[in-house]
Amino acid sequence: MAAVDVPGILTIDGVPLKAKLARADRTRKLRALGLVLPLFAFILLTFLIPLAVMTFKSVKNDETFGRLDRTKEALADWDQQTIPGEAAFAALAQDLQDAQKMRQAGEIAKRVNYEFAGAQSKFKAIARKVEKMQAGPYKEVFVATDKVWSDIRLWRIIHSASQRFTSYYWLSALDLREGADGIERAPADQAVFVDVYGRTFWIGGIVTILTLILGFPVAYLLATQPVHRASILMIFVMLPFWTSLLVRTTAWFVLLRTEGPLNDLAELIVGMRFDMIFTRFGTILAMTHIQLPFTLLPIYSVMKTIPPSHIRAARSLGAGPFHAFWRVYYPQTVPGIAAGCLLTFILSLGYYITPALVGGPRDQMVSYYISYYMNNVINFGQASALGATLLIITMVLYWLYNRLVGIDNMKLG
Amino acid sequence: MGTTNDPFVTFTDVQKTYDGETLVVKNLNLSIEHGEFLTLLGPSGSGKTTTLMMLAGFEVPTHGRIEMGGAEINNLAPHKRNIGMVFQNYALFPHMTVEENLAFPLQVRKLAKDEIAKKVQRALEMVQMPQLAKRRPAQLSGGQQQRVALARALVFDPKLVLMDEPLGALDKQLREHMQIEIKHIHERLGVTVVYVTHDQSEALTMSDRVAVFNDGIIQQLAKPSDLYERPENSFVAQFIGENNRLSGKVASVNGKSCGVTIADFGLVNAIPVGVQSVGSPTTLSLRPERVRINPDSGAYANQFDAEVQELIYLGDHTRCRVSVLGNSNFIIKVANAEGIPSLSPGEKVRVGWKSEDCRALDAY
Repeated sequence: MAAVDVPGILTIDGVPLKAKLARADRTRKLRALGLVLPLFAFILLTFLIPLAVMTFKSVKNDETFGRLDRTKEALADWDQQTIPGEAAFAALAQDLQDAQKMRQAGEIAKRVNYEFAGAQSKFKAIARKVEKMQAGPYKEVFVATDKVWSDIRLWRIIHSASQRFTSYYWLSALDLREGADGIERAPADQAVFVDVYGRTFWIGGIVTILTLILGFPVAYLLATQPVHRASILMIFVMLPFWTSLLVRTTAWFVLLRTEGPLNDLAELIVGMRFDMIFTRFGTILAMTHIQLPFTLLPIYSVMKTIPPSHIRAARSLGAGPFHAFWRVYYPQTVPGIAAGCLLTFILSLGYYITPALVGGPRDQMVSYYISYYMNNVINFGQASALGATLLIITMVLYWLYNRLVGIDNMKLG
Repeated sequence: MGTTNDPFVTFTDVQKTYDGETLVVKNLNLSIEHGEFLTLLGPSGSGKTTTLMMLAGFEVPTHGRIEMGGAEINNLAPHKRNIGMVFQNYALFPHMTVEENLAFPLQVRKLAKDEIAKKVQRALEMVQMPQLAKRRPAQLSGGQQQRVALARALVFDPKLVLMDEPLGALDKQLREHMQIEIKHIHERLGVTVVYVTHDQSEALTMSDRVAVFNDGIIQQLAKPSDLYERPENSFVAQFIGENNRLSGKVASVNGKSCGVTIADFGLVNAIPVGVQSVGSPTTLSLRPERVRINPDSGAYANQFDAEVQELIYLGDHTRCRVSVLGNSNFIIKVANAEGIPSLSPGEKVRVGWKSEDCRALDAY
């Protein structure tokens, strides 16, 4: 305090003390920055920027915006209740003529088709037809070609697709859609994603609980054995951990097959074979195996720090073995349990390969659908809306978890 | 239950091995009286901690019987023994407050809430820290943690309290203070205490009796003063306090005195303690403060020529290293009192001691 009040203390060679201090600190700060910079740049380029770009795709009409400008203008004053007039049909026809020339009509058709099943072929047909037309009246030609062009819902979709931004992908990720009277539930045959999210969290939760039940006693054993024996046991825990995820999943694929060794054994013992491959059971089994070390290791490292004298103290104070464990040992492992379970749960939410290889169609998790929209349908908007929704839900859960357990209490090792 | 005249705890022919090859405790026979403060003293690996752990129930004797209050407890689970224990590193539960730590043994015993509160309060007052009830162990100093551990071991009114080097982690001043405090608590409560330490001054300060352990055997079990004044073997003489050793051969034994020849140097008169017969090797034990420099001639039965090697000034006394009878590490404590001549290294002096102060022990 006093030092702040006294203006301009000088060093021996006459430089103000503060300037000197700032100069001394600057090199230190620059050096720290220099150490962080490579990784930061790497993450920025490979993670943050792609993430932002992809997320942005989920609210944009890349396929249609700018290609339906005439239609957009013609529909600007449209009441959304009646079939639009000739002007709108003419505008759409001209937009489609241009698009056809630029070979973009297919993309527009595909975009509208997301929201209006079957629209793709209608668009392509009409685009071919209007390509040769020099003058109207267009409306009659459209309606004569297909009566779908007198459907107000289609026009509403064309109108919203001509805008720069869309809420379609996000609503769709939540099984919602824009109806005549605002947001409504998507029809049952299109509502899949809520179910997929539920499944994703359900499988993640089950896997987390199973790894905890299986891992906790092993962690305890590892933490209480003499060092030389513990390190041998540790290798058994770590060995699968060091093997590639794909290799282990493939191994499970082989093991679980109807003709695989597990079923051979079952045949031998109980005389029948079970469906294990392409089932929920197989998925959870394989995921539990893969995630086990992630849950176990943080618990183990916390257990290592608990002195054995605590249990002895509890015993000498009159607590039975279980009571001593429950009141004295277990509470001290909670930070490790919290860390291990959170790690496994969050990693489980993102599982893709394992359910894809050993799970059935009803066991696919969100990542599968993200991949499906990215690679099969080439619908980046939907893929990124699904991904972002998963990210947000995970972050909300993390926040909740932090409120309940406290991240400060968490120990990763 | 035995009467108060019977010993409270007895070890009968107890042996303990961990690997089946070496005995950590060899044939232990020990009786602990009601209300006694007994210290198990010895170097590390001497079997004292194992003995304590067998009494606490964390180790099972390989052979022999341990009885408490007349009943065998060899295989009784630790939590059923009703023995309080203070651990080396206190073993306070870090996730509980001081209060909760103290309440733990009472909750386990299913006492009523208000009774628990009363006992916890009383225990905190006993160790003079009621203001710290809501703190966690990590927020306490080493000395405060020590007090909490002590209070926790006593709060459920056990008949027997075991302490495993409880003061080892404290600095010297605090340790000495706590020694006195534990001693006072013991006197006030009348509880039986079995205390393990490797610090001999701690053992002498606190104990009613001390069992000196070495190599799995009790070398001597005696009052502190006896242990220091009348060690029964060379190990005890060397382990307790400072000791001058002279090796020789027994020349004559005559009831309460004996002559020991120190090869090439002369004959020393001593009292025979651990010598069998004429001609057997022996180690003479002599406390440094029992040796006089330049005594009146004829005042002591043993008088020899010596040369001062080194002087170390220590305030209340001076440690004087001399060479005598071929031993150049012979220490004499010269009290800083009136009439003591000043010495200088290289000076030739006479040194003397009584034959009662010189004990002929085993050869070691």
